[in-house]
Amino acid sequence: MWDKIKEFSSEFFVTGDPLILGAQVSIALTLVAIIFTLSYFKKWRWLWTEWLTSVDHKKIGIMYIIASILMLFRGGVDALLMRVQLAAPELEFLNAEHYNAIFTTHGVIMILFMAMPLMFGLFNIVVPLQIGARDVAFPFLNSLSFWMFFFGAMLFNVSFVIGGSPDAGWLAYPPLSELSGSPGVGQDFYIWGIQISGIGSLATGINFVVTILKMRAPGMKLMKMPMFSWSVLSSCVTIMLAFPILTVTLFLLFLDRYLGAHFFTLDGGGNPMMYLNLIWMWGHPEVYIVILPAFGIFSEIVATFAKKKLFGYKSMVFALMSISFFSFFTWAHHFFTMGSGANVNAFFAVTTMIIAIPTGVKVFNWLFTMYRGKLSFPTPMLWTVAFIPCFIVGGMTGVMLSVAPADFQFHNSYFLIAHFHQVLIGGVVFGYFAGLYYWWPKMFGFKLHEGLGKWAFWFWNIGFYVCFMPQYALGFMGMTRRFNEYNFDMGWQPLNVVSTVGAFLMGIAFLFQVWQIAHSIKFLKMEKTGDSWNGRTLEWSIPSPAPHYNFARIPVVTSQDDFWEKKQRKLRGEKDAPEVIAAEQAPLEPIHMPKNSGIPFIMSLSWFVAGFGFVWDWKWMIFVGMGGVIACMLARSFTYDTDYYIPVDEVQRTEAAARGAH
Amino acid sequence: MRRYYRMLATALFLAMIAVISGCSSEQYIVLDPKGPIGQQQKDLIIITTLLCAVIIVPVLILTAVIVMRYRDRPGRKARYTPDWEHSTKLEVTWWTIPIVIIITLAVITAIYTYKLEPSKPLESAKEPITIEVTSLDWKWLFTYPDEDIATVNYIKFPEDTPVRFQLTSDKAMNSFWIPQLGGQLYTMSGMAMTLFLQADEPGIYYGSGANFNGEDFAQMTFDAEAVSDEEYQAWIQEVKGDSPALTLDGYEQLKKPGRSDVQLFSSFPEGLFQYIVTQYVEDGSGGAHAHHGQSGDSGQ
Repeated sequence: MWDKIKEFSSEFFVTGDPLILGAQVSIALTLVAIIFTLSYFKKWRWLWTEWLTSVDHKKIGIMYIIASILMLFRGGVDALLMRVQLAAPELEFLNAEHYNAIFTTHGVIMILFMAMPLMFGLFNIVVPLQIGARDVAFPFLNSLSFWMFFFGAMLFNVSFVIGGSPDAGWLAYPPLSELSGSPGVGQDFYIWGIQISGIGSLATGINFVVTILKMRAPGMKLMKMPMFSWSVLSSCVTIMLAFPILTVTLFLLFLDRYLGAHFFTLDGGGNPMMYLNLIWMWGHPEVYIVILPAFGIFSEIVATFAKKKLFGYKSMVFALMSISFFSFFTWAHHFFTMGSGANVNAFFAVTTMIIAIPTGVKVFNWLFTMYRGKLSFPTPMLWTVAFIPCFIVGGMTGVMLSVAPADFQFHNSYFLIAHFHQVLIGGVVFGYFAGLYYWWPKMFGFKLHEGLGKWAFWFWNIGFYVCFMPQYALGFMGMTRRFNEYNFDMGWQPLNVVSTVGAFLMGIAFLFQVWQIAHSIKFLKMEKTGDSWNGRTLEWSIPSPAPHYNFARIPVVTSQDDFWEKKQRKLRGEKDAPEVIAAEQAPLEPIHMPKNSGIPFIMSLSWFVAGFGFVWDWKWMIFVGMGGVIACMLARSFTYDTDYYIPVDEVQRTEAAARGAH
Repeated sequence: MRRYYRMLATALFLAMIAVISGCSSEQYIVLDPKGPIGQQQKDLIIITTLLCAVIIVPVLILTAVIVMRYRDRPGRKARYTPDWEHSTKLEVTWWTIPIVIIITLAVITAIYTYKLEPSKPLESAKEPITIEVTSLDWKWLFTYPDEDIATVNYIKFPEDTPVRFQLTSDKAMNSFWIPQLGGQLYTMSGMAMTLFLQADEPGIYYGSGANFNGEDFAQMTFDAEAVSDEEYQAWIQEVKGDSPALTLDGYEQLKKPGRSDVQLFSSFPEGLFQYIVTQYVEDGSGGAHAHHGQSGDSGQ
């Protein structure tokens, strides 16, 4: 009996590596600490009723952001470990297996469990406020989306200490990711972790498309909608079309591994190259899914801090939409070197270049928004201004990569690595940080400390260039990605050392941000206004943090940048339009709101259980998990009491408390 | 405070310049090609860089100027037009500039895509020699069908002669890359891809597997040596004379996952490469693999 347990646990837990042992211990200690703190302060009920069961888009947004920052930490530590390993030739810091696992999890976590949830967090917090809605279209589904993402991400992360991490690369090309190439459970954690969270992403996409199309305040025509909401719309339409491809592709890979099907195997008539096509049909739109909202964020911030209307609104909308359209016709540029022939390569090279056109136009429009503006540079604007040159250079190397015959020399080299980190960090991460700093006061009612924010900003920026510029050069030196070690005689070491130094500068920058948040909370200075930055759009017209019904009276919109125009009219002593005044002076009415529900949490937990069962092929666990999922669906189907009204006097009290402060 | 940021930034920048210039230019092997394909790819890289720079550099300067000039500061003379949001003339201009650049680039790219199609034979007075390449876990097997010798993790071929590489894999896919001779091409199971390369001068060129294929992926580097015709012939005779033969059993051993040193074989089983490529084709079924095998042979 004892031997059996020992044998099982040596397979179940990842053992033998001091780094992982340390992580296991620290995870256990953190869990104990969390449980102890919650119990000691008797916060379990508060956690459940206020957060875990909440369907409030603002709270869900905050939970997304917390989760994504934790994931940024994990993915960042992965990156630092890799950089340490590459700092010297033939270093034995990480063995090949461990290194392969780390670059795999770094990629998956940064894209799917850091960028995506940070983006969804901002969607959740901003979009309903910006379009004058009281919640998203499907609040219950929204909560389900979050918990599906959360438990999917947890399932993926658990593989680090239980069973072993996936190590076939972030997109898991077969046949390496098939049972023949990766017999361990890591790859199954990969499939189920991404699959479960992917369903959540798809649901979020649908939710926000409907929210934006159906729930805008009266008078807000599509062409009067703030640019961030436009970018969310373009991103979510892309999600709706791209994520089903991911789900199907991973399901086919699952069938191969679990039931011995032959979709992507070498024998039995399968074809691994089909997987490459399918995964990139999702994977390429995916990078536009994460960059488009960043474009929206920059558009809002540029206009706010230039105190000037966004230049070329129609061009911007057209550019956003054409990028999401063309993103579906470029996937094969990820494998020009597959040898599909000149016709195919020429086609995909040209479609890829076409994307540079609307993107370039957007850059010009941002520049000309600043032109003849009155620029101020608090942290959100700093990130935006740093983004522009970074993204221009990243875009240029992207165009260089799109030249198919030249790509034969760039493919899989550090040139490519430098390029996509430049657009993903310089574009996506800078964008989301800008958004986070910009909307932070709207979320919590106070601004983050500016001085520490500037330290973080400079460390991030300098660190970024020090880390990634040498990698372009390394590409020209013939260094390929995913090498866990290299020979001394290649002369790659000096630049690798520089790159590692840069990575650690970014690590320090992250610590500054943690310090910044801690410092700002410790020396809390709540703002008295809801309009922290002299904003232009509706979210700044209500108190910070927003009351849970958002708008006591739904506003009537008459123009783009409606709130700004209203402030301008007031300054000039002009009157608002009669319908606007009528809406503002209408008597308060009871507000219709969705009720909290524990079902999304329990259902997603059941998916986690089922996924864990599939990973280890424990039939009883699959039955328990899937049983839970079905029970939750039934429970929801027969729940009729899903909403309630906030009475007028409660709305009055809340408004008086929020507005009374100023 | 601000002075410290600047000092830090300057110090780091100078350190980076020092490090980059400390590396000799011949270490930038992609930019130091020794064959016609690599040379044309280098030309193309330079053309595209310049074309992009034409638009990038002015935009970077424009960004700096706008950000400096329109700062909100006391005594500022620059204009402020808060409602100026549209100018058809300007917007047409910056839709047009990138369109023109991209059209130029697209035309150049299309021409080069056909010109540098990897399966296209190189123009040369000499007959090409053929080397069959099989990526294994985690080593390269090279078979010379005309000379009937085989090598592991090492190739030698005559200079100034086109080499016709036939690429496949007998496990996870990889990518065959000798940067100084030219760009890479995937090695994929069940398919034979064709890649023509040529070395214009003798030398030992770095080769690697550029696509991750599992644990010891980083060990899949090899030397590709270009020598004179005489030396090449002498080497073949030497390998034929001194080295053991590769048997089918030997191949099965070699196929097992693991790293390998350089190995030389005086012969290999006839049709080994064809066997590796077509092993997944089931009798009587013209499945996807059979199709790819054929189209690969015909040079697609």
